[in-house]
Amino acid sequence: MTLAAVVLVTLVTVAIGAYGLRLARTTSDFLVASRSVSPRWNAAAISGEYLSAASFLGVAGLVLKNGVDVLWYPVGFAAGYLALLLFVAAPLRRSGAFTLPDFCELRLASRKLRKLATLFVMFIGWLYLVPQLQGAGLTLETVTGAPYWLGAVVVGGVVTANVALGGMRAITFVQAFQYWLKLTALALPVMFLLMAWQSDGRPAIAGHDALDWLVPGSESLFSTYSLILATFLGTMGLPHVLVRFYTNPDGQAARRTTLVVLGLVGLFYLMPTLYGALGRVYTPELAEGGRTDTVVLVLPEAMLGDGFGARLLSALVAAGAFAAFLSSSSGLLTSVAGVLSTDVLGRGSVRDFRLSSVVAGLVPMALALPVSALDVSTVVGLAFAVAASSFCPLLVLGIWWRGLTAPGAAAGIVTGGGAAVCAVLWTVLAGPPSGWAQPLVAQPAAWTVPLSFLVMVLVSLATRDRVPAGVNGIMLRLHSPDALRL
Amino acid sequence: MAVEPSQDPPQRVRVVLADAARDRRAGQVRAELQEQSGVGEAVLRGLMRTQLSLALGMAAVVAIGLGGLPLLFAVAPSLAAVRPFGIALPWLLLGVLAYPFLFGVGATYVWLSERTEHEFTELVDRKP
Repeated sequence: MTLAAVVLVTLVTVAIGAYGLRLARTTSDFLVASRSVSPRWNAAAISGEYLSAASFLGVAGLVLKNGVDVLWYPVGFAAGYLALLLFVAAPLRRSGAFTLPDFCELRLASRKLRKLATLFVMFIGWLYLVPQLQGAGLTLETVTGAPYWLGAVVVGGVVTANVALGGMRAITFVQAFQYWLKLTALALPVMFLLMAWQSDGRPAIAGHDALDWLVPGSESLFSTYSLILATFLGTMGLPHVLVRFYTNPDGQAARRTTLVVLGLVGLFYLMPTLYGALGRVYTPELAEGGRTDTVVLVLPEAMLGDGFGARLLSALVAAGAFAAFLSSSSGLLTSVAGVLSTDVLGRGSVRDFRLSSVVAGLVPMALALPVSALDVSTVVGLAFAVAASSFCPLLVLGIWWRGLTAPGAAAGIVTGGGAAVCAVLWTVLAGPPSGWAQPLVAQPAAWTVPLSFLVMVLVSLATRDRVPAGVNGIMLRLHSPDALRL
Repeated sequence: MAVEPSQDPPQRVRVVLADAARDRRAGQVRAELQEQSGVGEAVLRGLMRTQLSLALGMAAVVAIGLGGLPLLFAVAPSLAAVRPFGIALPWLLLGVLAYPFLFGVGATYVWLSERTEHEFTELVDRKP
């Protein structure tokens, strides 16, 4: 039954993609849905795209394993949209930039900076795609016993084909549908689980380390603040989030859409914490086996037995998990393929886009196969750290400070973002070092984000003569209210 | 270069001196903005400063309200053991209340920033 649910979700996704394909006529239709997406659809689509394997499986897994300290992950994932709303949403929409490289060229008129930004978009996109495919492999392995690689390859293949054929209009419908599916898939089972917990006499967390789990302080303050900084500031630099803003008709709509997203995402994040906490009570053995990421999937049957109802709920959760992988990977793949097709492989025609989708999809599929031991949310957290140390300073300074120059921006991205990339590769490939350097490498944002800001400002001040000539006109476009139509 | 479609000859309009003078005054700030003159730039800087300080103010509310929590629990661990409604305080704050708080700050920001823009629009297109 669970397998049937997973197959059904996949088929529906493909079917909606195919339906969208019939509607997509011109290149503009294909890439940005002709800006005709209404804010409500758009907000649900942004949320649907954003809530990935890390949110659906990873957060509950981390809560089960580490307790209250990791609640900063979901809080930060939601708060990132507030930072986006406060500093970026409306001006970015008014700039007319479709991708981050576009923004670099529009604001700072530099082709070289554009190339550098493209490099970072690809790195962040792939780093974020790997845990999605990893989650897919893990889910299929848990619910059907199929080998890990099969799930990763199936989801990777379906998403690649769908993006290559359907483009973005298809994805808007798919993503919006998938937000509601994901919310239902967690909210409905959790009600039954809470009732079961109530009728069991509300058992508490057991074990000798229960207090450590319940009370904050098992992570160092540095790590906690680093995580907060990465997630709060990283969201605005994620490639698949920004692409979506272009589908808003104007800056004011972009702001309102972001607010709705903040509400929808916040509503969703109430659930994973409950799964993690109930998992600590009923399935603490997952923590010893290193399979905490599967807690959401196994909890319904662990708590409710293996009757028909429990199996139905399990199937629903698995379907939601698949929706999470499909929608997030589609969004990420669209944006990576977008920059690949315009900046690396071709000139942005529909054919280039299709070719780029295939290339962009194969790389993370190859990377996902060897790494099954890392926590899904941890890898995603690292992608946030890179985004926060490279694109966040670029966007915030680019939007609010006339003095930013192309050399300054490039220097900041290379030092801050580059440092974050090194820390991430170190953590992923070799595991963080032990001793005092451990938090600096495992959670780098607390030093790489300020470094990036500082270098950007100092180098820009030193190259003051390189401030683009049209900066006042650009600022006028970014900040003048939409109603003026200047 | 794209070829412009040929335009119909403009309709005849009666020119009244008083109307023209009023239009000129009404469009003055708009023209200053468009020409990016000193006045226009100063007006725009004012708008940006208002919007940026609003955004920074809201960010400060979150930085203190949420960002202060890890420090607070580190300094006063006994607070973490308080259990209102039977849920430990850190769980209640981070697991539940953080989200409506973030949404509330966001909604306040949208309301205030739209008001600023509305006032700015009125200033620019004000009829004498």
